[in-house]
Amino acid sequence: MREIFFSDLASAMTTLILAVVILTAVPQILSWAIFDSVWTGDPAACVDAGACWSFLGEKHPFILFGIYPPDERWRPLVVILLLIALALWTLPTAHWTRRTLYLWIAGVFTALLLMRGGVFGLQHVPTADWGGLPVTLLLTVLSLAISFPFAIVLALGRQSKLRIFSWASIGFIEIVRGLPLLSLLFITSIMLPLMLPEGITIDNLLRALAALTIYAAAFLAEVIRGGLQGVNTGQAEAARALGMRWVQTTRLIVLPQAIRKVIPPLTNTVVVVVKNTSLVLVIGLFDLLSAGRAALSDPDWPAPYAETYLFIAVIYFAICFGISRYSLWLEKKFEQGVQ
Amino acid sequence: MSQTSNAPIIRMNSVHKWFDEYHALRNIDLNVREGEKLVICGPSGSGKSTLIRCINALENHDEGDITVNGNTLTRDLKSINDIRRDIGMVFQSFNLFPHLTVLENCTLAPVQVKKTPLGKAAETARHYLERVKIPEQADKFPGQLSGGQQQRVAIARALCMEPKIMLFDEPTSALDTEMVKEVLDIMVSLAGEGMTMLCVTHEMGFARKVADRVIFMDEGQIIEINDPTSFFDNPQHERTRAFLSQIMH
Ligand SMILES: Nc1ncnc2c1ncn2[C@@H]1O[C@H](COP(=O)(O)OP(=O)(O)OP(=O)(O)O)[C@@H](O)[C@H]1O
Ligand SMILES: [Mg+2]
Repeated sequence: MREIFFSDLASAMTTLILAVVILTAVPQILSWAIFDSVWTGDPAACVDAGACWSFLGEKHPFILFGIYPPDERWRPLVVILLLIALALWTLPTAHWTRRTLYLWIAGVFTALLLMRGGVFGLQHVPTADWGGLPVTLLLTVLSLAISFPFAIVLALGRQSKLRIFSWASIGFIEIVRGLPLLSLLFITSIMLPLMLPEGITIDNLLRALAALTIYAAAFLAEVIRGGLQGVNTGQAEAARALGMRWVQTTRLIVLPQAIRKVIPPLTNTVVVVVKNTSLVLVIGLFDLLSAGRAALSDPDWPAPYAETYLFIAVIYFAICFGISRYSLWLEKKFEQGVQ
Repeated sequence: MSQTSNAPIIRMNSVHKWFDEYHALRNIDLNVREGEKLVICGPSGSGKSTLIRCINALENHDEGDITVNGNTLTRDLKSINDIRRDIGMVFQSFNLFPHLTVLENCTLAPVQVKKTPLGKAAETARHYLERVKIPEQADKFPGQLSGGQQQRVAIARALCMEPKIMLFDEPTSALDTEMVKEVLDIMVSLAGEGMTMLCVTHEMGFARKVADRVIFMDEGQIIEINDPTSFFDNPQHERTRAFLSQIMH
């Protein structure tokens, strides 16, 4: 104890200062979050009180589902549960099979259909009315799923002996990496429609998805390329000597090893992609964060910012923390299979 | 030594190979009969690896002809795949696939390349793992095995493709001395069964015991070829003598 906290003057000072901060902050936080807080009741109760949790009690459906028609909220709820169930099902490596891939495709397709409606007597809900957590989850899942194979092609292309492939890959990766995601979002949401012939419009959600996918692909490609460089050339030689073709060698020998070597930076990129989805609010999409901001604009309530952002932060944190714990577990699991 | 027929299974005719400016193989002429065992030795950088890697097209030769089991090697992918089907290779650094178990290492190519059903491939794999005396390691990962065990798995993996020819590129030089023998023993027993073998190695005991001919290479050329007794006891070429006196002491 004494050694850790009071070993010399500097650490003794630090310990003292931190102790004072904690001792003054903790009671304040506690009284804000618990003792003075409002858990039930109308907006008036929140005036001059601590945390206004009753706001979340009232508004959480709106934050979670946005302006989706209130009577149809069961649909996005099912979508959220479906995606969570799929994610949980996929966790054990024993489930990494072709069947799981088909399950995902079917699941995402069902989710999109359920959100959109217009079939099986479901009310049609245009994407402009989608919002909240399902939008965040769908953007994350779709942009990762589409960008990953794309990133593999880019990473392999960058190493190709054929100049056209390597130059095209390098060009794409470097340009995208040099742009802020915001400008990419503006490009796909504003410039893309201008470039298309008249009469053809692309859904706003699709445009955002395009930007997120392009962005994720460039970053994932660089991570994967790092992994490819780490695979000993003897591996591909052994596979070729056994008569395996380039595609078989790449798919079964080189890529699995390359990806195992870069699980930590890959996780990092995935977490960034999850958080990047929140930037779609600048082009008018209603993701979790935008829904939260919209909820705050209700004039009947005293706009409890901290509570709302805390609520949203907890959801993001749960997703990102879950991903990083899972990746640690994967890394451990694959340890014995990495040279 | 063992039963050898007269038809050459490998023919190399005036083969040249360059690495950019560097002339790595100079006018190689070599015929290998079916069932024959060759040991190739020579100083570092003399082109031993390059020679055997040209035979299964891990390196492309630039001039001359290479014919294996009646297939002439061109840059055409089909000719390369036809030839690789007949040739197994064992590397100095094992090159086992670390992300696959020992059994999967052995079944992967038969399933992918020959389209053997998995059950049948696993049966064959277990048979060859038995042959190299490590059937009990089938479900481990390569990283969990000793060097000698890994090299024996690598031999089994190559044998699972049932090749007619085996190439060995310094199979024991990455091993601790106590493991060299377990790998050489397997190679000796393989030789006893009539496999055509080309071994780059400096294990002269092995060469004396199994080789039909020993080849000495220097600076990309074959300097001397002879049966082991004459090669070791009565080397013809000055450079061979110099090399032998170096590695014997
Ligand atoms: N991929 C390559 N690119 C350029 N030069 C190469 C390449 N591979 C081999 N060489 C050169 O060709 C020559 C012959 O190499 P090789 O590997 O065949 O020698 P070796 O006899 O097997 O030597 P060692 O006993 O060290 O394995 C060497 O000078 C080497 O530097
Ligand atoms: Mg060599």
